[in-house]
Amino acid sequence: MKRLLAPLTSLKLTVTLLALGIAVVFFGTLAQTEDGLYVAQARYFRSWFSTWSPHAEGWKWIIVPLPGGYLLGTALLVNLLAAHAVRFKFGWKKSGILLTHIGVILLLVGQLATDMFARESRMSFAEGEWRNFTEDFHKTELAILSDAADPSMDDVVAIPESVLAAGGEIRDGKLPFTIRIKSYAENSRIRARGPMVDTNTPPASTAGVGARAVMEPAAPTRAMDSRNLPAVVAEVLDPAGTSLGTWLFGFVLNPQTVTVGGKEFRFTLRSTRYYEHFSVKLIKTTHEVYRGTDTPKNFQSRVQIENPGSGEKREVDIYMNNPLRYGGLTFFQHQMGRDDIDANRGTSVLQVVQNPSWLAPYLGTIVVGLGLLVQFLIHLVGFLRKPRA
Amino acid sequence: MKRLAVLLLALFALGTAAGAADGPNANFHLEEFARLPVVFNGRHQPIDSLAANALVQIRERRRANLEPWKSWWEKPRMASATEWFATLTMRPEEADTWPTFRINHPDLISLLKLPQKDEEHGQDGKHYSWNQIEPGFKEVEDQARRVLEKKPDAAQRDSFDQSVLKLRNALTLYLRLKNTVIPTNTTNLLADVEKFRAVAASFATNRNDQGQRQAIVGQIFNWDMLESFDTPLIIPPAEANLTREGWTRVAASVVALSLGDNATALFRTLGDIRKFQGQPGAEGAPLMSSLRQRFNELLDTAMPPKPVPASLQAYVTMAEAFRRGDSVTFNSTLAGYRQQLASNPAVAGDLTKTAREVFFNHLVPFYNTMPIYVTAFLLGCFYWFNFNQTARKLSFWLIAAGFVLHTVGLIFRMWLEGRPPVTNLYSSAIFIGWGSVGLGLLLEKFWRNAIGLVVGSSLGFVTLVIAHNLALDGDTLVMLQAVLDTNIWLATHVVIVTLGYASTYVAGFLAMLYVVRGVFTRGLDEATGRSLARMTYGIVCFATLFSFIGTVLGGIWADQSWGRFWGWDPKENGALIIVLWNALILHARWGGMVRERGLMNLTIAGNIVTSWSWFGTNMLGIGLHSYGFMSGAFLWLGGFILSQLVLIALGSLPPRYWRSLRDRPSAPAKPADPKPKGGGKPRPAVA
Repeated sequence: MKRLLAPLTSLKLTVTLLALGIAVVFFGTLAQTEDGLYVAQARYFRSWFSTWSPHAEGWKWIIVPLPGGYLLGTALLVNLLAAHAVRFKFGWKKSGILLTHIGVILLLVGQLATDMFARESRMSFAEGEWRNFTEDFHKTELAILSDAADPSMDDVVAIPESVLAAGGEIRDGKLPFTIRIKSYAENSRIRARGPMVDTNTPPASTAGVGARAVMEPAAPTRAMDSRNLPAVVAEVLDPAGTSLGTWLFGFVLNPQTVTVGGKEFRFTLRSTRYYEHFSVKLIKTTHEVYRGTDTPKNFQSRVQIENPGSGEKREVDIYMNNPLRYGGLTFFQHQMGRDDIDANRGTSVLQVVQNPSWLAPYLGTIVVGLGLLVQFLIHLVGFLRKPRA
Repeated sequence: MKRLAVLLLALFALGTAAGAADGPNANFHLEEFARLPVVFNGRHQPIDSLAANALVQIRERRRANLEPWKSWWEKPRMASATEWFATLTMRPEEADTWPTFRINHPDLISLLKLPQKDEEHGQDGKHYSWNQIEPGFKEVEDQARRVLEKKPDAAQRDSFDQSVLKLRNALTLYLRLKNTVIPTNTTNLLADVEKFRAVAASFATNRNDQGQRQAIVGQIFNWDMLESFDTPLIIPPAEANLTREGWTRVAASVVALSLGDNATALFRTLGDIRKFQGQPGAEGAPLMSSLRQRFNELLDTAMPPKPVPASLQAYVTMAEAFRRGDSVTFNSTLAGYRQQLASNPAVAGDLTKTAREVFFNHLVPFYNTMPIYVTAFLLGCFYWFNFNQTARKLSFWLIAAGFVLHTVGLIFRMWLEGRPPVTNLYSSAIFIGWGSVGLGLLLEKFWRNAIGLVVGSSLGFVTLVIAHNLALDGDTLVMLQAVLDTNIWLATHVVIVTLGYASTYVAGFLAMLYVVRGVFTRGLDEATGRSLARMTYGIVCFATLFSFIGTVLGGIWADQSWGRFWGWDPKENGALIIVLWNALILHARWGGMVRERGLMNLTIAGNIVTSWSWFGTNMLGIGLHSYGFMSGAFLWLGGFILSQLVLIALGSLPPRYWRSLRDRPSAPAKPADPKPKGGGKPRPAVA
């Protein structure tokens, strides 16, 4: 058994993995200049394997194969655990190393958990508005709304983007119709169909806005703070299988109504929404700059939380470096602006993070810090006692 | 020994002592004027700092040389930054003839048809006056617009593009400052103010008269024009209930005294209207009409005129006196104004702060430390040739004195800013130098072989040179934007990560020393080699501790600020690479994969890794930490990395090519620091 595990426990493996880790981090950083943070992150760090090539013309034949972040993290974890299981002998003189390694394990596992379970979304509103949902900046859904029994509520069926991208036919028990995906674009431009220009281009769909528009697929965006504007062309079939026409649903378009069997359904392609069991109201925004400049000095949102479940109702300030933790979510001040219509009305965007493992890095840091400190103190004392060469 | 060190220091002090002010403006109390508080780029500062930082951006020096074609022994006329600023704001037509703009690119000089070097006719081929450049303003503007449009990414710009943008920025800054006191479009400021007040007074009595309304709007537009120059804020808050946030520009203060306190809001609304006016579809948009409505509301609630504030009166009197060459009136008005400020509770704090800052500006602690470190470095090297203890001790005391001056400067800066030591790229260079010198002194205390001295002084000098060059971007005490405005994280994460940089560099320089001495000299005997290896190993341990803790603390800050412990931002990644690299060195050493020379080569590579993290990641121009983008440093970074690669190649040569090793019988067979029985780690030198 020990012999089998030996290669897994070796320090040579550790050094190799560290060297590969450096390479991955380095190329993953370089790639951000061209691919943007989001794409590069998925490609190099949240993956098992990847390759890197320069973007400059004439150099693209260079291909650097790299392990992905998941592979390296797992391998380091195995190496560390195996070494402690087989080779490592405990002694007080090594207690620091043991602590350090436990902390490193916590950090690695915590990062993996964050990667798997954390969810980032945004809550954007103008002063005076209520929100009981947050929006995903990167994910899109096709929402189909219809009037519910309660007149103040809507019934919602949300179809995630991945299902739209897969194509084919979509059925849902709550919907009296079938949706057949005709085409889907991850990023798109939608424009009005020009009478002279587009004589040869057919309209995007037979019904709705699309009948007067053209949809052109576009390359996915790479910039960190911009998002894709997806579009989908779908055919709606009634229960008998008869086509009611095709519609163009685009991220930039307003909701469109489709009537099936006398009931109205509003279709809209929008940022994926996560509904919460409480509501937040933006009361006041404060946007201060340094005197005579545009340099931001303070961004602050005063909000009110109302939770009908617990009967809670309170006001709180959210500002830079001072987030609000509530209901398993953390709200951070992200952006600030002014309403398009009323210049005196402030708007605010909060970054909302749900991360059940957020404490792991804090614990990991403390444990590693202690471990390193203990180890260095042990050596320092030894060094100071010994006469120097 | 100490006496000798003191003597040397006195010599340095003599060398840096500035000559007394002379020239035609010697009778004006400009050193008093320099201490007046103003607000520029959001920072409350003395005129001295404003002027010197502006001059640095315009001509790369903190003083103006009015006869740059003369050599120093010909005694060219020099003007202090404050003298230049006073001339620019109060005798602009004279300042316009001073050759204060430095243009480095020959193509730009010929494009603007500027005269070449011609010492006979007072032309050095590098420095030009506003008047000389003026015919080319349109050309500069067109070229700058082309660069900004076609090459939005700074990395695409070549040296010509950069010098065009630099000149454009210099011209803009010059214009901003020129309008500080007396706007260039007025000949008699106080008369114009009276005119405005008369219009405002008659408007206050009859707000519904359309003619009156148009007259007042026309006046506001005129003054808003001046306000949009972004001149420094020189008018202090006048009423007792105002806080230190109440500083205004001359224009806003004129509007305020004519229309009451709505002036700031009026200007802001007007600015918004201007911003939207150019956009298609802005006319008739709801936003536009709401802005217009707000403007009119503000106008309707405007107050009747107030008397001209004493501060504006004082500045105008000073300007007129300076113009006439009347130093008596200038000095007495200045003294009166300073007294008036001292009795104003809203600015009393600014007054003491600016006095401190002027003292600091004249101390130039970091600049003055440089020659001390260089001398100490040379003495340390000298010691290795003849083991002259006097040289080593002298070097030690010099570095200790330099370190004291360095520390004083650092603490003074912290006191001025009310911040931890590292707030921007400039101060990180200062702090890395400080940490390295401190570590070097510590090493020397234990080993007494001048190695710590040479490494500490060379790193101290190099980082101070880097800081000196970073300071050419302007003010080094700029205000921090909201996300950085937290002393706790600046004091922990930033300080610790920067100490991590410093210690990685110290280890890297120790290793460089090992390779250079080993390959090129016979001076690396076995004992020296072993002690160098122990030092290097110990410092690498130290570096691991600091870079790890610093990096994860950064993660915790990020988690507190935007909910992401780790966001793969370039600067974060750079710090992570340092941690991984140091961990790699340690594990390679423990696993016996490297010995003395291998350890040294890996540690030299640590220099590359650290430089990448410190500067390289900023050059990518992306991410949340790209606060310190600079392209000029790219070549230097490339050169440094190349030099390190050459050293690694030298370090990888077989022992027979090493002058110190080839005669040693069993030289490289021995590990750097024999492991004690039982497989424990080798002892670190210092933790």
